[in-house]
Amino acid sequence: MPPPGQTVARLGVIAVILVAAVLVFAWVAGFLSPGRISGGAVADVLEAANGKVYPGFRRAHAKGLCVAGRFEANGAGVALSRAALFPRGTVPVTGRFSTGGGNPLATDGRNVFHALGLRFALPGGEEWRMAIDHTPIFVVSNPADFVALQQASVPDPKTGKPDPARLKAFVTTHPETQAFLDYMKTAPLPSSFANGTYYSIDAFRFIDQAGTNRFVRWHFVPEAPFAALDKAKLDALPNDALFDEARTRIAKGPLTWRMVVTLANPGDRTDNATVRWTGPHREVEVGTLVLDRATTEAAGDCRDYNFDPLILPRGVAASDDPLLPARSAAYSASFRRRTIEGPHPDAISQEAGQ
Amino acid sequence: MTRNHLFALPARVLHWTMAVLILAMLLIGAGMVSTTTARYPELLAWHRPIGIVILLLALIRVVVRLTHRPPPLPSDLPPLMAAGAKGSHYLFYGLMLAMPLIGWGMQSAGGYPVLLWKGAVLPPILAHEPLLYAWLRYAHGLLGYAFFLLILGHVGAALFHGLIRRDGVLESMTGAATPHLDEPSVVDPLPADPAFPPAYD
Repeated sequence: MPPPGQTVARLGVIAVILVAAVLVFAWVAGFLSPGRISGGAVADVLEAANGKVYPGFRRAHAKGLCVAGRFEANGAGVALSRAALFPRGTVPVTGRFSTGGGNPLATDGRNVFHALGLRFALPGGEEWRMAIDHTPIFVVSNPADFVALQQASVPDPKTGKPDPARLKAFVTTHPETQAFLDYMKTAPLPSSFANGTYYSIDAFRFIDQAGTNRFVRWHFVPEAPFAALDKAKLDALPNDALFDEARTRIAKGPLTWRMVVTLANPGDRTDNATVRWTGPHREVEVGTLVLDRATTEAAGDCRDYNFDPLILPRGVAASDDPLLPARSAAYSASFRRRTIEGPHPDAISQEAGQ
Repeated sequence: MTRNHLFALPARVLHWTMAVLILAMLLIGAGMVSTTTARYPELLAWHRPIGIVILLLALIRVVVRLTHRPPPLPSDLPPLMAAGAKGSHYLFYGLMLAMPLIGWGMQSAGGYPVLLWKGAVLPPILAHEPLLYAWLRYAHGLLGYAFFLLILGHVGAALFHGLIRRDGVLESMTGAATPHLDEPSVVDPLPADPAFPPAYD
């Protein structure tokens, strides 16, 4: 052993090394950065804005219906991406219709945001998952704004409702959010899950066989003729009107959408989902989505999957849109929470007697 | 004296390779769940293949451990420290094997495709079972922190052997010669100690 004086110095060196290691770990893990937004922080603020935790349910888009069918590729997508979805042929698809909001029991008339989660089961165990919405734009452009908007939407404990002044303050400083709200106010609301167009929201990158990268967005155009809900009478809609209508309609025959890929023009924003790509664009129709089965969440095969938009096959990659990694991380946090809570009876399954 | 008692070369190579990989892995894991930036998918894309590499190296390491006798601990090591040394090494082997398997298993149970890299999907090792996913995911995070604490203890103990006891245990893994008065070692940046070699030598 070294003499006592040196022993103390050497113990000090050991302590410094260990403390430094702890500090590096703490820094990387974000313990020293309270402002860093984790997927869990997004789930937290969604829970706060929901007013409570609904155990077992998604923290957003809590109310849903499972669907299944297939994708019939026409082969045109092969020129854009080497994804195994695109060669002419058929790929099995499962999915989930949902309405926005974190309350699984909310009435359909109040939840005006329609969405569709999709899982394309590609050969070799590859998957392509999508979480697509009936709006071509999103309400905010980045995760920090998303958290701030949700914070502004947290119900005031006194009134049980969000403070309009806080919401107004957010919208005033975020013209893109105002633009989204204007869009929601003026755009007709699809009367059914079946006759809505669903948009990729974010931009993505397609990579073809030659390795060429192209920025794209895509949307699914319904074959069912469009009809709009009367926005003045939303409150009068039966509780599960949209979901019931979808189940009834799909029982009569398959629902179909054409998948259309839009290629970015030079100068199009690929990093901002609040900005539409306007003007003429090259569009390529790559196939048809056919949904021919609907099942409640309790009986179906969609509730226990995470429709993470970054689960992508070869030939498709994320763009520089900051919402994409945030959606991926937040969906994952929501999935962790709801799976450990275990499934709880959902409104549609209860109504269907399951 | 233990100066000629080194770990076998394959054991030392595996130790230091895995030390780098496991530390990187713990930092990648802790870092990726802390953020919603593009670092999240980037780190996640590294996390899975490195985890599989660690699993393969850990399996090789078990074979090396079973076929190569490690150098004995110093005979004068207090029984508590000797027990800690032995016990912690069982924990290391357990975690090196368990963490990648839990990761692979939880992704399987969560219904996720287990991507090594784009286009290379590993088969699931567990059926799709959300509650099992939930508990494995919880265990994966908790054991990650436990692994880091174990490494802190390991590094602290190694430095205690190397700087305080100077009994050749640290050098048995660094492969360096046991430090002498006249040849300061890279592992001993402090002034040489006139009391060395220790009385028990």
